[in-house]
Amino acid sequence: MFPAAFDYIAPGALDEVLSLLSQHGDDAKVLAGGQSLIPLLKLRFAAPVIVVDIGRVDGLEGVRRENGHVRIGARTRHRDVESASDLRGTLDVLLDAAPLISDPLIRNMGTVGGSVCHADPAGDWGAVMLAVGAEFVVKSAGGERVLPAAGFFEGPFTTGLHSDEVMTEIRIPVGAGRSGGTYLKLERKVGDFASVAAAVHVVLGGDGRIATAGIGLCAVGAHSIKATAAEAVLAGQEPTDAVIAEAARLAGEAAEPKADIRGSAEYKRDVARVFVQRGLHTAINRAQGAAA
Amino acid sequence: MAVDTTEAAAASEAARQAMGGIGVSLARKEDARFIHGQGHYVDDVVLPGMLHMVIVRSPHAHARIKGIHSSAAMAIPGVVAVVTGELLAQHKLAWMPTLSGDTQAVLATDKVRFQGQEVACVIAETKYIAEDAAQLVTVDYEPLQAITTPQQAIAPGAIVIRDEKEGQTDNKIYHWEAGDKDATDAAFARAAKVVSLETFYPRCHPSPLETCGCVADLDPVTGNATIYMTSQAPHAHRTLFAIVAGLPEEKIRIISPDLGGGFGNKVPIYPGYVVATAASLLIGRPVKWIEDRTDNLISTGFARDYYMDGSVAIDENGKFIGLRVNLLSDNGAFFADAQPSKFKAGLFHIVTGSYDIPAAHIVANGAYTNKAPGGVAYRCSFRVTEASYFIERLVESAAVELGQDPVTTRLNNFIQPEAFPYKSASGFEYDSGNYPGAMKVALDMLGYDELRKEQAEKRAKGELMGIGVASFTEVVGAGKGKDYDIAGLRMFDSAELRVHPTGKAILKLGVKSQGQGHETTFAQIVAEELGIPASDVEVREGDTDNTPFGLGTYASRSTPVGGAATAVVARKLRDKGKIIAAHLFEADVADIEFAKGKYNVKGSPDNVKTIQDIAFAAYTNIPDGIEPGLEGVTYYDPPNMTFPFGTYLVVVDIDKGTGQVKVRRMVAVDDCGVRINPMIVEGQIHGGLTEGFGIAFMELITFDDEGNCIGSNFMDYLIPTAWETPRFELGETVTPSPHHPIGAKGVGESATVGSPAAYVNAVIDALSHLGITNIDMPITSDKVWAALRSKGVTE
Ligand SMILES: Cc1cc2nc3c(=O)[nH]c(=O)nc-3n(C[C@H](O)[C@H](O)[C@H](O)COP(=O)(O)OP(=O)(O)OC[C@H]3O[C@@H](n4cnc5c(N)ncnc54)[C@H](O)[C@@H]3O)c2cc1C
Repeated sequence: MFPAAFDYIAPGALDEVLSLLSQHGDDAKVLAGGQSLIPLLKLRFAAPVIVVDIGRVDGLEGVRRENGHVRIGARTRHRDVESASDLRGTLDVLLDAAPLISDPLIRNMGTVGGSVCHADPAGDWGAVMLAVGAEFVVKSAGGERVLPAAGFFEGPFTTGLHSDEVMTEIRIPVGAGRSGGTYLKLERKVGDFASVAAAVHVVLGGDGRIATAGIGLCAVGAHSIKATAAEAVLAGQEPTDAVIAEAARLAGEAAEPKADIRGSAEYKRDVARVFVQRGLHTAINRAQGAAA
Repeated sequence: MAVDTTEAAAASEAARQAMGGIGVSLARKEDARFIHGQGHYVDDVVLPGMLHMVIVRSPHAHARIKGIHSSAAMAIPGVVAVVTGELLAQHKLAWMPTLSGDTQAVLATDKVRFQGQEVACVIAETKYIAEDAAQLVTVDYEPLQAITTPQQAIAPGAIVIRDEKEGQTDNKIYHWEAGDKDATDAAFARAAKVVSLETFYPRCHPSPLETCGCVADLDPVTGNATIYMTSQAPHAHRTLFAIVAGLPEEKIRIISPDLGGGFGNKVPIYPGYVVATAASLLIGRPVKWIEDRTDNLISTGFARDYYMDGSVAIDENGKFIGLRVNLLSDNGAFFADAQPSKFKAGLFHIVTGSYDIPAAHIVANGAYTNKAPGGVAYRCSFRVTEASYFIERLVESAAVELGQDPVTTRLNNFIQPEAFPYKSASGFEYDSGNYPGAMKVALDMLGYDELRKEQAEKRAKGELMGIGVASFTEVVGAGKGKDYDIAGLRMFDSAELRVHPTGKAILKLGVKSQGQGHETTFAQIVAEELGIPASDVEVREGDTDNTPFGLGTYASRSTPVGGAATAVVARKLRDKGKIIAAHLFEADVADIEFAKGKYNVKGSPDNVKTIQDIAFAAYTNIPDGIEPGLEGVTYYDPPNMTFPFGTYLVVVDIDKGTGQVKVRRMVAVDDCGVRINPMIVEGQIHGGLTEGFGIAFMELITFDDEGNCIGSNFMDYLIPTAWETPRFELGETVTPSPHHPIGAKGVGESATVGSPAAYVNAVIDALSHLGITNIDMPITSDKVWAALRSKGVTE
């Protein structure tokens, strides 16, 4: 558990970070909370020439509401989302997911942007971001791009992010409508990555029908999965048990799990179904109880 | 007057607390330094000129070594040596003996036989340099077929793993039997019912928080070898070092400082210790070797990996009349079980458990596989955990088949309190017990009958709830030296007690705490026996130069053996004190009485000399013809083992949708005889129940078909945290051991031994009405889900 030698730099300004990244390309690695990168370095699975720590760059942290969005700085710690209690009623799914990420020590260090960029198929934020329809703001020396969460996750630990880019912000649209959501996670013990998890976010229209539903699945495929068929079957519908069961079935079908020490593919698919079903009931109940 | 008695009672209670004798929950003396981060572990040892060693391990489970190339590693500045098996062979150190009389490669020369096996060692000025260089040692391997189960191993035509052993033509290690085959066959022939169970106790790992390691310091001038090592048995290890490395024993000093847990993992001698020692000898500088977590999990002593298949014969009255068990043990690449020499399957023949079963027969076979060696007793007396698990699971099956409440089946078959000492069919003499007594306390604490009603109501609604019962009996505290030895060293233990002129004492022991609280418990025994307050007794262990020879701490033997030695040596000093007191009182020795640290002449109880007065006199005013000083040593060879027992009850709720099991309640009633420090005893039980919970639900070292170890870090090898561990409700009964000087039995392992079956029985109890009779540990949610789906149950 001793990393190979590397250079370390912690610039005070984002521009400096971006120019270092454009200079070093694939030889450089951004360091945020270090909760994924440092284990990789210690196991010598990663051996970058230079590690660029963004910990001293201002303006990358915090959760705030602005222009119909909830904006989360990329370097916001999991712990700070966990305690952003004013998200209750708007983005329940974030508040339910945050405390299920590993243990308090990791949540105090790990960052939302780091988790999204790392793109572990078993990372919890990926599924959440797909469910709430987030957008990712990424910057490079050449400029800024805004990437929708849908399509961002391309495979295990691979995303649409380029090696010279830094994620600066996550934007989540929050519209009118009553909303509710939740996150269900199967873990083998506290502090474990998910064996299966499901993120659910529902917005109800004024007529009580489901306006939009977002469903993200975690750890049941090569990357976080958006259960689009399930989402589609819910949109515009009365939230009946039958519709929910059908959506859950479709979500289970959207899962592409592999058998491993955590269980068979059938098992994981079925738990995804069960979680989406339970999650939709909770989300809809919450939305129905929420003020518009 | 009532007020006076209360005051007197309060005063006597205050005196009892201040003395800190038996029965007082004294705060642990050692905790101050641990809580302040001032413990001193092997990795804290830093010596001038010290080098660092890193082990290059095999990526293959089974492969022939074609060549080892170390020149690239040697070229890195700061690398001092790359040690290979070839180099060790020149010093006759390429192989070493194991605790089971087999041989184990120190560094592989011909073949590697498990993934993670030690192939070469890099020794460098810093740990970083050693790690960098280790990556540059390249080894040419010719991969061979890997054998990952004992069933494959013993199948005809299987590739021979130990082809270097003369006369070894297959993968069989031993065949061992206990009990009476004919009597057992006869019992089965007349049985009204036979109930069988086939189960597997999977491979798990003690995984102490502190991994193994050493600092070997061989002084080239004096020839002194000082080895700081993570050792549960420093004296035995010194002797083995003398034998293996050919070092003169008087020059070897093993120091086992504070240990961050052991659980059996620090009983064997590992290749790392041997290479570091040899390297220090060859280089003339101290060498430090500290395992990382993966090193520890993939290469050092694992536990269990036991296939058990057996039956109980039951007569028409529901009485057990015979027991048969067949074992197949996966011992890995080298037979390195920690077991008392005469018993190849350890003490597995305790398998008749708490039940009066007149005939039993056990057949055990061991096999080599391409997996790490070890077979250590993870917090249990050699193979007692496996035995206890098997019988408690089998009794559960019997209850289901008899259509009885599992409590009834147990009460019908318990060895009765008046039957002790009880001779078991497999050859043990149980010292004492009251099994129905412990059972009753547990049932009352749980509110058993109410919960059975709740279960029936839930079941009617399709909800799954189960109540698990286990009434274990252990055998701990080896030996009786005549019957139990390790590598020929008889399993006695020792205590040396010196009371200084000011009445403060130092107690030196042959056992070695790994966190059990010896510095407190053993001081309390002295307080009880000699009347010196526990706070005035300093306990020393772990340094072979400064403690009497002993066999170490494992198998719950410290209190049964070392504790007995302590009581006996304290009594010797107490008797010498009588001679001195007689001198001071100018009275006859026969007329001197002793109680609670005070001597007086019969008939004048108010004129006393304290033990402190006597200690001072021992150095200042000794009668003629008596040696000065107040010091003694005792080597205690116990007349028998001790047999702790208890009843554990577990309530679980099961989520049909996910298969998740939630432990709602856990009631544990333990009887370990007399409790010296009740708080420490409860701490031991909490620890064991937690490990039992881990074993039942999450801990697993498994392998894929190529022999790759799955479970090589704490993301994969799951150990429970405080978060998911259930709340424990503890109860007790006290049935003293009749042969132990203070009636204590040892409690370090009861809960790890007894609890897994209780947890598993609870799950099976929730599912047995569906026809589910067994799920092997660890009971993970996917296994429960699969069992439920196989019976058509779904959400
Ligand atoms: C024991 C353990 C348990 C864990 N359990 C869970 C769990 O249950 N659920 C879960 O979701 N996660 C879990 N994690 C992972 C944890 O959430 C990490 O914090 C997270 O995956 C990475 O965030 P970080 O800030 O630590 O990123 P780092 O480790 O610093 O970086 C991770 C990767 O992202 C890149 N990166 C980071 N920030 C940026 C950025 N702003 N722009 C561009 N690239 C960036 C880095 O270059 C690196 O490649 C666990 C981690 C550990 C060690």
